[in-house]
Amino acid sequence: MTNNWITTRAWLLMLPLLVVMIAVIGWPLIDTIRLSFTDAKLVGTQGSFVGLDNYVKVLSGSNFQRSLLTTFWFAVLSVSAEMVIGVLAALLLNQRFYGRSVLRALMILPWALPTVVNATLWRLIYNPEYGALNALLVQIGMLDSYRSWLGEPGTALASLILADCWKNFPLVALIALAALQAVPRDITAASMVDGAGVWSRFRFVTLPYLAGPLMVALVLRTIEAFKVFDIIWVMTRGGPANSTRTLSILVYQEAFSFQRAGSGASLALIVTLLVTVLAVAYAALIRKTAGAS
Amino acid sequence: MLKSVTTALLGATLLAAALSAPAHAQTKINALFMAQAAYSEADVRAMTESFTKANPDISVNLEFVPYEGLHDKTVLAQGSGGGYDVVLFDVIWPAEYATNKVLLDVSDKITPEMKSGVLPGAWTTVEYEGKRYGLPWILDTKYLFYNKEILQKAGIANPPKTWAELSEQAKIIKDKGLLSTPIAWSWSQAEAAICDYTTLVSAYGGSFIKDGKPVFQTGGGLDALNYMVESYKSGLTNPNSKEFLEEDVRRVFQNGEAAFALNWTYMYNMANNPKDSKVAGKVGVVPAPGVEGKSTVSAVNGSMGLGITSTSKQPNEAWKYITFMTSQATQNQYAKLSLPIWASSYDDPAVSKGQEELIAAAKAGLAAMYPRPTTPKYQELSTALQQAVQESLLGQEAPEAALKTAAENSGL
Repeated sequence: MTNNWITTRAWLLMLPLLVVMIAVIGWPLIDTIRLSFTDAKLVGTQGSFVGLDNYVKVLSGSNFQRSLLTTFWFAVLSVSAEMVIGVLAALLLNQRFYGRSVLRALMILPWALPTVVNATLWRLIYNPEYGALNALLVQIGMLDSYRSWLGEPGTALASLILADCWKNFPLVALIALAALQAVPRDITAASMVDGAGVWSRFRFVTLPYLAGPLMVALVLRTIEAFKVFDIIWVMTRGGPANSTRTLSILVYQEAFSFQRAGSGASLALIVTLLVTVLAVAYAALIRKTAGAS
Repeated sequence: MLKSVTTALLGATLLAAALSAPAHAQTKINALFMAQAAYSEADVRAMTESFTKANPDISVNLEFVPYEGLHDKTVLAQGSGGGYDVVLFDVIWPAEYATNKVLLDVSDKITPEMKSGVLPGAWTTVEYEGKRYGLPWILDTKYLFYNKEILQKAGIANPPKTWAELSEQAKIIKDKGLLSTPIAWSWSQAEAAICDYTTLVSAYGGSFIKDGKPVFQTGGGLDALNYMVESYKSGLTNPNSKEFLEEDVRRVFQNGEAAFALNWTYMYNMANNPKDSKVAGKVGVVPAPGVEGKSTVSAVNGSMGLGITSTSKQPNEAWKYITFMTSQATQNQYAKLSLPIWASSYDDPAVSKGQEELIAAAKAGLAAMYPRPTTPKYQELSTALQQAVQESLLGQEAPEAALKTAAENSGL
């Protein structure tokens, strides 16, 4: 069998999948690009070509800039908190102790919950009149009286980030836990004999094994966080006073509530572009770390 | 290869459909409702069951979404070729739906009995530029609910007749230590906030649009927002109102934590149900108050109608279903959570029994119903106004500046 035939056969075997992918990803993407240069409405008119108008309007509007900033903060804060909590949880669950397997199983629970269920749950927890968080903080004396968490611009985004962390840190923890199984015990033991402290052991023995897998977790979570929609839609619908209106919420509003399919498409494509840039940058970083180790 | 698989699948599906088809041909219609305020899901299911019993050749597939999803779901289904035959729509959407041809014009189907029997104000719910796009179904406005026990303890003999009086009475209740924040509203960043705002706009004699241009940033429109901000800042209003929807207001009122609350008809019988309300038997209801020299009562038109989508393949069956749901017999039977659209129902003792107070408030309130602006760009206008309301309440902007920005962003 020649090399040529192997290549041809590989392409032939992949052909059905490629056709399906072009049909469900390629075509909608091309159509969205076409839409973004028109003033089409969601229903009614097909719209006519307007050139770069939509992009100019979107990029120069204060709505976009504000939403971009909100999305940025949401992504940075939630992902970094998830990484730290996830690694700490993984280190804990890597220790031998009684009930470890029960805890490992329990940890998956938040991650397995549908986002909408999680959002509804946290909305109840944050309820200003009878929420569990208020009850807890008042009972332990950290708060004098019940307060509004999702109704104040100062706390709404932070409250959303906490809810998102609770749901998503288990993914990071799982990936880190799996990576920890690869850390050779003899090296850890040897470093202890050499007098390395807890921090040095983590930094120079454990972390190099974790770096690659954590990079993958970081990529997945950042892209997800940048696209965040459902948890916010259920909990605040972008309020109060638009303080939690992320880019995806803005796209939804533009394309579906206001039915401006054209400018909605241009906004969606800008978001896609941002996420793609992030993904490519991360991919390069991963290759670099993989090459280094 | 793919094609033969498709053909095989298609054949199998058709065969299965043929085998499972009932003895008589059944038409299936899909209907979209909301699960929030007005008729409960259980009521709608019971009404529909009566309909299918009377029309065994039609089956109705019901779907319920929260109010916040109703508009987008309808439009999205339409954008992708349809799916629903009958949709519930809010009074603020006919302009947009008519412009984008989402609903069928049913003006010709309306009988003289309907024309003369239905309250004139109810028709505005389904009209745009002289055409009718459905039948009104939920006739609703926001009423002022009050807790009789708390008012009595505060020594207040009668509920307020003006908004200023409402503030005075709330202050008495607050000062006497009966409740720290006596008034509850639904001021979340949602349509609910605009319904409360519109009620106040009508009280202050304001208007939204004049000659196609926004005018809510001055006069009555500005007075209305100023009232909200003052009530919020003075601590008379529950500060959590800014994240409440109607159901949150109902829970607070039912727990006896509000002396006054603005809400739709449905709260009356729910708050009077001892099963899950602590204030059953103490619920008072009056039309929303007026402003001295300007109005005696105020009300927002919060009615909703049932229409046939333009993509429906069974418009006749859909119309049959709509006429059944809106018929006087059906509406009189389920008059506890939503009041009938039929004028003579209000004098029917079977309808008013046990809710005389609500019927009395309805007679005054429904007659004063003030419309939210009729424009195809309503969603943009409303979104801009919601932002103005929230920014003003949070003190990020002065009401005047916030409304001015809203006028600029309203798309008008």
